Amino acid sequence: MEPIVRVHSKTVVIPSSNIDTDQIIPARFLTTTTKDGLGKQLFADWRYRADGTPNPEFVLNRPEAVGAQVLVAGRNFGCGSSREHAPWALLDHGFRAVISTEIADIFRGNSLKNGLLPIVVEESISRWLLEHPGTVVDIDLRSARLTLPTGVSVAFALEAFARHCLLNGIDELGYLRSHSKDIERYEAAHG
Amino acid sequence: MSAARTLFEKVWAAHEVVPETPDTPAILYIDLHLTHEVTSPQAFSTLKTLGLPVRRPDRTLATMDHSTPTSTEQVFGDAPIKVDAAAKQVRQLERNAADFGIELFGMRDARRGIVHVISPELGATQPGMTIVCGDSHTSTHGAFGALAFGIGSTEVGHVFATQTLLQRKPKTFAVNVDGKLGPGVTAKDLILSIIGKIGVSGGTGHVLEYRGAAIRALSMDERMTVCNMSIEAGARAGMIAPDETTFAYLKDKPRAPKGKDWDAAVARWRSLSTDPGARFDASVDIDASMVEPMVTYGTNPGMVVPIGGSIPDKPGDEVFGKALDYMGFRGGEAMLGKKVDVVFIGSCTNGRLEDLQAAAKILKGRKVAHGVRLLIVPGSQEIKRQAEAAGLADIFKSAGADWRESGCSMCLGMNGDTVGAGQYSISTSNRNFEGRQGVGARTLLVSPLTAAASAVRGIIADPREML
Repeated sequence: MEPIVRVHSKTVVIPSSNIDTDQIIPARFLTTTTKDGLGKQLFADWRYRADGTPNPEFVLNRPEAVGAQVLVAGRNFGCGSSREHAPWALLDHGFRAVISTEIADIFRGNSLKNGLLPIVVEESISRWLLEHPGTVVDIDLRSARLTLPTGVSVAFALEAFARHCLLNGIDELGYLRSHSKDIERYEAAHG
Repeated sequence: MSAARTLFEKVWAAHEVVPETPDTPAILYIDLHLTHEVTSPQAFSTLKTLGLPVRRPDRTLATMDHSTPTSTEQVFGDAPIKVDAAAKQVRQLERNAADFGIELFGMRDARRGIVHVISPELGATQPGMTIVCGDSHTSTHGAFGALAFGIGSTEVGHVFATQTLLQRKPKTFAVNVDGKLGPGVTAKDLILSIIGKIGVSGGTGHVLEYRGAAIRALSMDERMTVCNMSIEAGARAGMIAPDETTFAYLKDKPRAPKGKDWDAAVARWRSLSTDPGARFDASVDIDASMVEPMVTYGTNPGMVVPIGGSIPDKPGDEVFGKALDYMGFRGGEAMLGKKVDVVFIGSCTNGRLEDLQAAAKILKGRKVAHGVRLLIVPGSQEIKRQAEAAGLADIFKSAGADWRESGCSMCLGMNGDTVGAGQYSISTSNRNFEGRQGVGARTLLVSPLTAAASAVRGIIADPREML
């Protein structure tokens, strides 16, 4: 994983709450055996019409969405299935961070393991972001702060270990394997 | 004397390889890793890239359920799997299981089925275990007093390679259910009403423990239905303390301990309940006697009302309005009498034998309404055999239902068993998300009784009038 220090980008806003992973990437695309190329299918049922052409109404199809690395969404983003295809699709599309007032547990964990930043903010910040699509935000992982163009800057919660891994591009599997003696001891004691 | 602990805290503590610190999550040992064709390929690829073996193949079970066909010709005959990518995924799991020495219940294996159905019926799921799977409905196994939760594919790789996971300790949430469920009211109705009460993110960051007289009175099939949908409340997992019902279910199951080992295991399992005075971080009280058959009207499982109720009216709420538009409903409308196109009875939520028995109670001597398609998909091949031996399959076929081979099927439509755009699907599955059962499909979640009653009437119907 590449280290991540900072994301500085305009936002795209999808105001719906409870955006589930079936919306982020519908189940029929999960027959893949790799992680690659899922960005095309991101939000497929909102993004494309029945005939497969882009739906011009959907925010990701608008010219102003091009290049945005930060997705701002309503409450409880990423609920539903454990499919890691959801963060893979968001990353493949170019997103580096998701901001909401609440982010579902499994999606949050999957995101952190792939370098997609799940940023939880309080209601007032979320409301401002939802009302100002396309605004440029700054996310600094070293200080764990989100800064709005208004100058308002808020800390976001990100546990120390996850931050350390993201900042240094550390793979958790390597960390777990470095504890193989502890695992052996546990197995010896517990069978 | 040690402090009073919850069931969750006992299971957690027994699996800490390294406890958590402010700077690092705990390293948690995993007793049983269930895996299937959809979320494992990328994890196996990681192992191959790094040249790593599966650390404990003996603690790993694989099956195929999500993208597998349910037509007998495709499973047992010469007809190929229609979806090419699904066929490839199935073949890849066969190859990976062989390469890594993992036991696989493959396509034609008599023990195959939905991963969350077969592990309990084998007796592989046991109280006090930690169980994970690359599938959010792993919460099902919490019905046995196991700590069971869904993980992503990266974590599937972590467990393959190390038999452990990095985890922050979740908070605890007591769901106290007293009283008694009324006639025609099922475990599915109970969990839907719990989700309706605490909301689809009410359990985020928490492990639920279902407690109280109404929970103790549930069978194992019913407890699995309840725990299965814990994730639909946003919870990490759901648990029920093991008791005589649990032990009676597990006794003599193929992989349950035998003889002296059984006695020792039961003695150990008896300690797995929340100590008096143990504290939960959150709690909710439910009176089971007030629960009615429930039906969802929107696009998440928290958008649910009693079957005799009507859709809430929330003028000005754009998100709510968008969900109703998708469903083709309007605020204030009654749920009873609404149109039905497809009825699906099955899934890891409601595809077990008792669910099929409930459906048969309604379908016996009756016919599916004209123009309605009723698909009944057993949760496993074992359940299929049991249902056929008990005469349930004959009841279903006489009623005009389509009786299939086991799998996830129309719950998520990955295998081609889908609902058409705009059609109304009355489903015993767990998610009514937009497009879950097919592009544009409209899903209403109900119990097997309500599903069967609605199939017969051709409209949303109250099963209590037909029992």
